[in-house]
Amino acid sequence: MTGSARLPILIAVIVLALLPLGATSNTLLNFMTFALIVALAAQGWNLLGGYGGQFSFGHAAFFGTGAYAMGLLQVRFGLNPWAAMPVAMLLGAAVGWAIGFLAFRARLRGAYFALVTLAFAEVFRILANAWAFTGAAAGLLVPLKLQAANMQFEDKRLFYWLVLAFVAGALVLTAELARSRFGARLVALRENEDAARALGVDTLRVKLAAITLSAGVTAAAGGLYAQKSLYLDAAIAYGPWISVDALLAPIVGGLGTVFGPLIGALALLGLGELSKMALGNLFGGAVPGIDLIVFGILLILAVAFAPRGLLGLFDRLIRRPRPAEGGEATP
Amino acid sequence: MTELTRRTLLQTGAAVGALVSMPAILRAQAAPVRIGILQPVTGALAQDGEYGRLGAQIALDEINAAGGIKALGGAKLEVVFGDARSNPEGGTQEVERMEAEKVSAIVGGFASPIVLAASQAASRYNIPYICDVGVSDQIVNRGLTNTFRFGPGFGIVTSTALENLVKLNEAAGKPAKTVVVVHEDGLFGSGMAKLLQAQLPGRGFEILETIAHPTPSRDMSNVALRIRALNPDLVIPSSYYAEFVLLARTMQQQRIRPKGIYAILNGAASNFRFVKEFPDAANLVMDCNHWADPRKPKTAEVRRLAEAGGRFWLYNTPLNYSCVKLLADAIERAGSSDRAKITEALASSTFADHIMPYGPTKFVNGQNQGAAPVNTQVQNGDIKVIFPDAFSDAKPIFPAV
Amino acid sequence: MPFQPGCRRLMLQIDILLSALANGLMTGAVYALIALGLTLVYGVLHVINFAHGATLTAAMFAVWAAHDGLGIDPYVAILILTPLFFALGYALQRFVIGPASHGSDSNILLVTLGLSIVIENALLAAFRSDTRSIDVPYGFSVIELGNLFLPLPKVIAFFASFLVAALLWGLMAHTDIGKAIRAVSREKTGAALSGIPVEHVYAVTFGLGAACLAVAACLLMPTFLVNPRVGNAFVLVAFTIVVLGGMGSVPGALIGGLIIGVVESLSGLYFGESLGQIGIFLIFILVLLVRPAGLFGARA
Repeated sequence: MTGSARLPILIAVIVLALLPLGATSNTLLNFMTFALIVALAAQGWNLLGGYGGQFSFGHAAFFGTGAYAMGLLQVRFGLNPWAAMPVAMLLGAAVGWAIGFLAFRARLRGAYFALVTLAFAEVFRILANAWAFTGAAAGLLVPLKLQAANMQFEDKRLFYWLVLAFVAGALVLTAELARSRFGARLVALRENEDAARALGVDTLRVKLAAITLSAGVTAAAGGLYAQKSLYLDAAIAYGPWISVDALLAPIVGGLGTVFGPLIGALALLGLGELSKMALGNLFGGAVPGIDLIVFGILLILAVAFAPRGLLGLFDRLIRRPRPAEGGEATP
Repeated sequence: MTELTRRTLLQTGAAVGALVSMPAILRAQAAPVRIGILQPVTGALAQDGEYGRLGAQIALDEINAAGGIKALGGAKLEVVFGDARSNPEGGTQEVERMEAEKVSAIVGGFASPIVLAASQAASRYNIPYICDVGVSDQIVNRGLTNTFRFGPGFGIVTSTALENLVKLNEAAGKPAKTVVVVHEDGLFGSGMAKLLQAQLPGRGFEILETIAHPTPSRDMSNVALRIRALNPDLVIPSSYYAEFVLLARTMQQQRIRPKGIYAILNGAASNFRFVKEFPDAANLVMDCNHWADPRKPKTAEVRRLAEAGGRFWLYNTPLNYSCVKLLADAIERAGSSDRAKITEALASSTFADHIMPYGPTKFVNGQNQGAAPVNTQVQNGDIKVIFPDAFSDAKPIFPAV
Repeated sequence: MPFQPGCRRLMLQIDILLSALANGLMTGAVYALIALGLTLVYGVLHVINFAHGATLTAAMFAVWAAHDGLGIDPYVAILILTPLFFALGYALQRFVIGPASHGSDSNILLVTLGLSIVIENALLAAFRSDTRSIDVPYGFSVIELGNLFLPLPKVIAFFASFLVAALLWGLMAHTDIGKAIRAVSREKTGAALSGIPVEHVYAVTFGLGAACLAVAACLLMPTFLVNPRVGNAFVLVAFTIVVLGGMGSVPGALIGGLIIGVVESLSGLYFGESLGQIGIFLIFILVLLVRPAGLFGARA
């Protein structure tokens, strides 16, 4: 994705922004809002995992920190959510920096890095489930007060557009990053860390910057999720589900591409929702799990026929040479 | 790339849109009333969801077979089923779909986080929401006027459990003084443990230890060992099915025989599978839990229908059966499928034709005032009600040793 | 909350401590068996197999079905299910995971995750959501050592796990296929050039991993239970063992399993089961930060 990324971003955002103005249902709106939140978390993951080749299995640590910060700052400290949002992002970024500092200084790579992030996320989950301050196992309920000043909107489209604004910001950030010297260093590090170091790249600093940025973006997704659901518990905020979704979406869409996480999240969650509507409810729940069986098979088939993600598939279909940045990283 | 990206997005959107607008609208002669049945039938809570769905289905079949809603010219109840996938977001998404499919009311949810999310989403459209289990008291304390809970919350469950425990102990000559509490570390187990810690000492019991464990647990040996070391008179476990089965088995293996096992809202202690598979470990275990009223003839009928499909008799089934019957009664009295009118009818409900041991329904701020748990005890391969006396079909056997 | 008054009292009871230790070792040995399959696959393919937990669940249902439907004792079932699951694992890698992932690591993640969703929900659709257990005559038998009551099935599982680990180690060290596996894990291209059928070796490794799970399932079922999600409970702990022992190392997995078993048991005893789980992850994080290649790993 080079300098021409701005136009596609603009078009994509406009199309997404116009979606709720057409004749669409709240079902779709709610789905799209949630999918965009997951896409935002995945965009964060993609900065570190897609461009930097550092596969994290524990982005829940950042998502959950953002979510809990958003909830706690409102409930415990009476802070306005608009003010709480940047704080939540900063806290998420700080957690990212701290985990990165420990893991990258110990030179953890590949599966070792992946699993240490997973372990941190689990520690956070267990602590949040036990600590009275976070509401422990009873969870944290943010009072329902539908006011724009409260980041809770009477008109759900407004919240959708707010989430879209964050996604758009992350798209621009990713595109700018991909063009920057920092992005070039990050990609160099992914392709060959030793070679990058030999060329004078301060790999620790680059990786730390990447994980901090990545965590901040994913924490924003957590904060938005807290505001959407208004209820948090440890399994929701720090549960493995979001680590997995944030990791899967970019792989499905296209690793290390600007649009990969967005397309991947929409495709993945859309497929899950469609199979549920088409099959799960058809049997009235009499055959539980049938829709997920179909979903799993479709996922495997999608990988078989689009090994380079959906973006790679579309490239191949119109016989274009593959852009350089979609390389493989080793988990 | 530009063209492609836009096309991708449009295609994705169109595909989603196509299916959203696809709901099969099958209109019968007298316009049917659509009812949303929301349960987690896949994921971690699949068992509870499945048994809850079963109860709702039995009720719907029964109502339709008996001529539907008479006030609406025999309108049939039409089920719009939703799978919450064992998480709150799944519940919210299904409520949105049910709204699109124009349901008149929603029943179910099972877990508190799902009920909290789903009832809140339903409140946006004023869809009356009847919570089947969800014991968190936040569900009815939030001031959502669309939300009703037919069963008891854990405040009521714990105080009933304590009162009955004191009665039980006094009747037996106060053999139990020391207690170990074992609880799952989620919302219901932890909430329960907190209330027990606050209230047990005042009722003459000493808590030796409160042991939390995660769900799922791979092994309950350590919990059993601690119990063995502390040697309490009474063990109070509040866990899901698998963990309690593991604990009961390990206690038997380690020859730990307290004077009583007094479970609260336990997933196994009043589960016939447990009783059938481990009759020795299960024998004389007591539980304070949701349970159908054994004296009502209808209970036996619903149980027979549930068991006809090879299923066990779990509390989720009669509870959801009763919730759907309660809703049908409200629709009948409202004489309308209008949400606001049904909500009104629910709020003023005095419905008594259910199979739970509650008496006539009376909602105050959404909570059914008559709702209470009962005490059961496993006796010789059967599950008997031992408290309250008005519903009981057996006398308690305590102390067990 | 961690330190409660009861702790002091517990500290003093030596037989409780010994029981916890023994239990930790016995449980840890089965964890090790589950981790063996994971570590083998990692050693060769260098990716994490997300379908490991679901495969274990499938094996446990197979044990249940063999006992409930055909009356086959779980220990006898080892003889039937081990080759069956070897074949299953082989076929999955050869005909599903390999072809679908086109040799890309991130795609293997996706495919194994897809497989785990399919397996878990196929089991849900077939067996329903109920938690089932089997009742064997020796299910409640114990070996008495003074004040220690060691459940017989767990003692059997302990020794059987060692036996399987030893067999696997022998297989890796002394057979042609073992040498081929080690060659592929060290240098894939070189192995391929020297005529080793790499795809076959991958599939055999997967088969061995699934076979280990079948044995583990047979050893677990006399004291455990099964539902469509039960395998997930073992996955995370198996991951930590694999990393702790060093990825690809058979003795590492065994010792890592025993360590994790004991740590889990003791921290569970003293800190409670919930917070005790943190003990595992903290040990895991610390070991990685200090010794990034794990206890027995050659290098990161």
